Amino acid sequence: MRPEVALPVIIPLLSGAVSLLFWRSRPMQRFIAVAGTLALLVVGLWLITSVSREGYVVIHMGSWQAPYGISLVADMLSAIMILLTGIIGLGLAIYSLASTGPNHEKFGFYPLMHLLLAGVAGAFLTGDIFNLYVWFEVMLVASFALLILGGEKAQMEGAIKYVTLNLLASVIFLTAIGLLYGMVGTLNMADVGQRLAEAENQGMVEVLAVMFMIAFGIKAAAFPLFFWLPASYHTPPVAVSALFAGLLTKVGVYSLFRVFTLMFDQTMDYVQDILLWGAALTMVTGVLGAAAQYEFRRILSFHIVSQIGYMILGLALFTPLALAGGIFAVMHNIIVKTNLFLISGITHRLQGTYQLKKMGGLFKERPWLSVAFFLSAFSLAGVPPLSGFFAKFVIVRAGIEAEAYVVTAVALAVGLMTLYSMVKIWNEVFWKKLPEDNLVPEASTPSGDEGRLVKSSLGLMYLPVAILALFTVLIGVFAQPLMEMMLMAGEQLMNSQGYIDAVLGDDQDVLLREALEVNP
Amino acid sequence: MEPLMALAIGLLYATAIYMMLRRSIVKLVIGLMLLSNAANLLIFTSAGMTRGAPPLIPEGALAPAGQVADPLPQALVLTAIVIAFGVLAFAVVLIRRAYEIVKADDLDKMKDTDT
Repeated sequence: MRPEVALPVIIPLLSGAVSLLFWRSRPMQRFIAVAGTLALLVVGLWLITSVSREGYVVIHMGSWQAPYGISLVADMLSAIMILLTGIIGLGLAIYSLASTGPNHEKFGFYPLMHLLLAGVAGAFLTGDIFNLYVWFEVMLVASFALLILGGEKAQMEGAIKYVTLNLLASVIFLTAIGLLYGMVGTLNMADVGQRLAEAENQGMVEVLAVMFMIAFGIKAAAFPLFFWLPASYHTPPVAVSALFAGLLTKVGVYSLFRVFTLMFDQTMDYVQDILLWGAALTMVTGVLGAAAQYEFRRILSFHIVSQIGYMILGLALFTPLALAGGIFAVMHNIIVKTNLFLISGITHRLQGTYQLKKMGGLFKERPWLSVAFFLSAFSLAGVPPLSGFFAKFVIVRAGIEAEAYVVTAVALAVGLMTLYSMVKIWNEVFWKKLPEDNLVPEASTPSGDEGRLVKSSLGLMYLPVAILALFTVLIGVFAQPLMEMMLMAGEQLMNSQGYIDAVLGDDQDVLLREALEVNP
Repeated sequence: MEPLMALAIGLLYATAIYMMLRRSIVKLVIGLMLLSNAANLLIFTSAGMTRGAPPLIPEGALAPAGQVADPLPQALVLTAIVIAFGVLAFAVVLIRRAYEIVKADDLDKMKDTDT
């Protein structure tokens, strides 16, 4: 029994359930939020040490052997993602103590946050494609409710687009699972991967590959399927925005990585071009969309889209180095993007608006906050020696090695344009003088109750920002040991036989399996 | 039986997508409901339909005798129905609240967050 594989799912589910029991006690819910996410972070560390020692850690739920039962599988990619979930979860929990107003906490912010983390962790760990769908839904339901906490008009409008497109993605995903089961008669991803390689009807396999690509493409907000993201991410309370920005789209990216390396690797000849150009267009449209915006969180939302392009590019190039670069980009982006959203929350608290035109003068007023923003923003743009530089460097190098020159050039150009948007925020929010019309913070912005919270709680908001900003520097400084982990993850993904052997084991009772096979 | 089911499923998907393309948010949600039902039927059908052969293992045997119906897709459909029920219940409440706040049943009037 290997508890560290199941605990990342159990801990948030349990903390969610317990904090539901303390529905009326806000102090208790706040305590559980911090304790639960801290426990998740500790288990994440435990899991990553086990995985780097052994390669794969597998447990079969209810002791039903694969491929009959549901397996939870942790390889290096899953372990890295779980650790990041823990880091972001804890940072967010601390930040929410100060940033989330009583009217949001009263309607179940903390239980929903735990539920969301459980869904995310479950999606990262499961080895069963239908179970992946279930975790996606757990995550979605929690995110729906979080998105409309507070019930502002903009939130409702954003939520309708978010809900519709995400449900559409879920149905496409479900349809693809149905057809896949009809074809291979199994749902265990390792088993599916094995059988799809031997399938006679390779045309159908390609159709399925594209269906999964579309379903996860919507979830990951890839071009041309990203429109729900900039329409909704700037509407909820800022802690929710930051949580979504850090984790949700990355689950889609993770699923693309998992499905295309494990199940559909033989269709790569066919889908590679789609992924490659999809990645390039995602990067370009995202960054151009951001250039036109003057609302802090909308700029950041468009940059999520653009950064997703880098991750998909890592997958599309399909070499161990490129995959490692893609995972590095995921790690860098989760930390930096969350931090930028957290900073936008602090500036909103200080100046009462997200409109860049109405803000200003923060460099003089809050130099340390400016430093944190500067580090995160330039890391996002890929300035050395911060974390974003190494993510980009590895992907670009893999791109040149794979002779995909056009897409690589696009990736480099997009880096420059990212810098443009970040410098725009820097100039408007931190550098220029505070415009005279912003003497009274607006009361009409989303979650306007924030103004009532005492200023002393700002310290709690600075803490996660400072730590995440420190991380982006540390990732840059210690890029080599981290890169070795990423390369291990990349190698594992390219060599899917290792995953298959780890899940299915060598001692399968082949006869029993043949005997139980019904209607393949 | 399969061709009939295939026709029914195709019709459901087509109707659902038509409904989702309308501007009214009520029709949008009806479209989503039909879509999830279509997907459920598809899982049920694509796994193969076997009549009158429950997957029961006779006493003393290790495996069922002969061809039996596959119970797994039915379990999947059951799970999917429950999930769809929860999610759609949320969607219905959402459009009601949205209607109260935005005061319109028209997606074209909900463009504030797009500009």
